[in-house]
Amino acid sequence: MRVSIPSQLQSYCGGATHVEAAGATIDEVLHDLDRRFPGIRFRIVDEQDRIRRHIRIFVGAEAAPDVNVGLKAGDDLLIFGALSGG
Amino acid sequence: MTTAVQLLIGTRKGAWVYRSDAARRDWSVTGPIFLGQIVNHFVVDPRGGGTMLMAAKTGHLGPTIFRSTDAGATWTEAAQPPAFPKSTDPRSARAVEHTFWLEAGHADEPGVWWAGASPPGLFVSHDDGVTWESVAGFNDHPMYDQWVPSGAGTPDGPLLNQIAIDPRDAKHMYIATSTGGVFESRDRAQSWAPLNKGVEVTFGPDPYPEFGQDAHSIAIHPLNPDRIYQQNHCGIYRIDRPSRDWRRIGETMPADVGDIGFTVLTHPREVDTAWVFPMDGTTVWPRTSPGGKPAVYRTRDAGLSWERQDAGFPREQGWFTVKRQAFCADAGAPVGLYLGTTGGEVWMSDDEGAGWRQIGAHLPEIYSVLATPAA
Repeated sequence: MRVSIPSQLQSYCGGATHVEAAGATIDEVLHDLDRRFPGIRFRIVDEQDRIRRHIRIFVGAEAAPDVNVGLKAGDDLLIFGALSGG
Repeated sequence: MTTAVQLLIGTRKGAWVYRSDAARRDWSVTGPIFLGQIVNHFVVDPRGGGTMLMAAKTGHLGPTIFRSTDAGATWTEAAQPPAFPKSTDPRSARAVEHTFWLEAGHADEPGVWWAGASPPGLFVSHDDGVTWESVAGFNDHPMYDQWVPSGAGTPDGPLLNQIAIDPRDAKHMYIATSTGGVFESRDRAQSWAPLNKGVEVTFGPDPYPEFGQDAHSIAIHPLNPDRIYQQNHCGIYRIDRPSRDWRRIGETMPADVGDIGFTVLTHPREVDTAWVFPMDGTTVWPRTSPGGKPAVYRTRDAGLSWERQDAGFPREQGWFTVKRQAFCADAGAPVGLYLGTTGGEVWMSDDEGAGWRQIGAHLPEIYSVLATPAA
């Protein structure tokens, strides 16, 4: 599936704004990304698998409350850096 | 005798490196490194080998450790940054918000590094900073919830803000925290006990609790590791081990300056010499230079008396302060002193504090400055 990478994380992906990744849940997709782009996952979720406070993840237009959200073929996963202060 | 110095500077928006000539007169700057990353600590291995570590995070992204093994030419990320163990109870599950302090292990333990984090957590690496593991002796201590009470902390969160190792004994360690004060271990971090007797708390009902102090900074003297200075949230202290009693040595500071500050520094060769950079801890705690007149204070008699060293600093309308890791010394003769300010200025003294000059400005808020011999 197509994953949108925010500017804050594009250094992990060689500057790519979008990458392809596989997984039946957001968690699986993030692990797939981390295998190819080491370190990226821990900057998105913490050691308790919670989405970090200033990161937002959407499946299509739907905000994901956690990484256990299931995914189906054709979904787009969008990762954003949310407002985080000055 | 002086040699070229390299200053590793961590700021709220990235890192910079300043390098001097052998006379410490002319300086050049390189950077930014990792522009936009919040760099709480930027260090190099004092045991040789050249490994540099940087504790970083951003406003959006989680914390990490960057590593360089080629004097900062290239950087990689720790494969496993400091993190608490996965918890089965999500309500109490801790997550590292940021790594605050990086400490090279004892000289007898090459490749070992320690890290302190917010919320207070102790972590160790045995592979030169590539992977880090949680230190159960502190992080899972039965007293942890009392040493780190819920809701306690600084505006930047509760901190395990410093780690210090007795140069005579790798098993003998100290940590400083913002929630419990100083703790000591004699078994290489497997067990810990508070070491706060005599240190005042002005923000709780018990003025001298066993723990609960806010130890901003401690400094073990390298030639006499039994001598430890402490700049606490509530004053300047000294302890001479094996005593367990801290003695307040800040009461000899001028009353209109006080003895509140973030940082304390020892002389590399003189056991009774130390420096502090006071800040205003009155009324609403402005945490600025008292009266807008920045100054370092030096004691040469272990705190019996202090002398003001402000030549070169602004005479008025200077409102910066100096954070915990942003005051350091080199090993030259005379000793060079360096400080980074909350206003992004870098100041140095090449005569042990007698005179000061600005060698850098317009940086973001400075969190850490470390002086090392230039490569």
